[in-house]
Amino acid sequence: MTVEVDTKNLIIHIAEIMINELKLEDVTPETFDPEIDLVDEVGIDSMDLATVALVIQDEYGIRIDEDDYPKLITIRLIADYVEKRLKK
Amino acid sequence: MKTVSSLLDEEWYERYKSISKLNIRSSIYDVTNRCNLRCKGCFFFSSGEDKVAKEEMDLRKWENFIDNEKKRGVNLAILVGGEPTICLDRVEAFYKRLPTFCATNGIIKVPRDRFPDMMVGISLWGDEEDEKLLRGKDTFSISSKNYYGDPHAYYLYTITPKQIGKTERIITKIRDVGVKVHMQLLSNDEGVENFFWTKEEFRDIRAEMDEMLDRYPDTVISSKYYHEIITTGKMLDRTFGWRECPSVTEPIDRREPRPKSLIGFIRWASDLKTMHRCCTSETRDCSTCKDGAAHMSWVMVNKRAHMRSENDLHNWIEVYEMFAKLYQFIPW
Repeated sequence: MTVEVDTKNLIIHIAEIMINELKLEDVTPETFDPEIDLVDEVGIDSMDLATVALVIQDEYGIRIDEDDYPKLITIRLIADYVEKRLKK
Repeated sequence: MKTVSSLLDEEWYERYKSISKLNIRSSIYDVTNRCNLRCKGCFFFSSGEDKVAKEEMDLRKWENFIDNEKKRGVNLAILVGGEPTICLDRVEAFYKRLPTFCATNGIIKVPRDRFPDMMVGISLWGDEEDEKLLRGKDTFSISSKNYYGDPHAYYLYTITPKQIGKTERIITKIRDVGVKVHMQLLSNDEGVENFFWTKEEFRDIRAEMDEMLDRYPDTVISSKYYHEIITTGKMLDRTFGWRECPSVTEPIDRREPRPKSLIGFIRWASDLKTMHRCCTSETRDCSTCKDGAAHMSWVMVNKRAHMRSENDLHNWIEVYEMFAKLYQFIPW
């Protein structure tokens, strides 16, 4: 149960980072669909991902390998990745 | 939130998806400081870049260097020079390790038994008269024989101001040797008299480039948006220049704020240690730079800025497709 609540918060926080860093309009952390394809739908590119990854790394004290960027195509997948890294 | 699929119909969305995850990571390499031509206006020699670094002669060192570039994430090696085909062993070292594009003046033929599918970009500066004046010889008469019907080669036709009204003859000449063509504009780095562009000439050549694309869509690899960008230096409400250029060597880029740029981009000198400032020369005035790849990349790295409207996103897709075709990430 605790993990679920944490995951939800984590997703919202990642959405918040994404909105702030990439200046996304017409969306809030709460309304950002965690399953939406960030590349094919939101239109973010690898530089955007790198920008977001840097902030996440700083905030959570984890390392995101650049080779893993192509896998991180939804907020849900980013959250899963962060969770796994935090548990290591 | 505006999404890609909400802006595009099914056909355009499919085109978008075929390029959206390519993640092209290019870098540029001076393969050698030597050339078999000395062209007036060549930024490499006019800026003295041929003298800033001593050429590495040990092939093993080139191989190790390329392996490290691959580890760094580079997935497109753009070989320039000097004339890369003078050092085919180095070109081969790249080709065996990475997707490779080789720029050449076309005088020396890239042997297709060693490089069966390497994309070759053959430089061509204007017509026979311009070529003789600027490059000392009509290179097309040689390169067109070397690359006749070659599906992995295209002409990089640098249009000079003197070409206005004459481009069709060049385009058809290239079509008739069975090769594609991409157009860019002369930057006139050495200030050759009568080769400076005027505003009116930019307007006229843009219209002519558009016309060539409409008339010869199977030969010309281009897009009207690219023509607009390169002739006006404007993209959306922004102006091309040092503050905007995406093709600056990343580790030595001290610009603040840093614009959207090519990730991990480096232009390496032939000593494999020295980094050049950008994809052209440090002496070039960025406000008049007409480098085609830099302008294409400017569009490509600014995808979300092109999500204002359906038309803007179509423009972005066409420019990205053009780049992806020129470097063989998608077919012609």
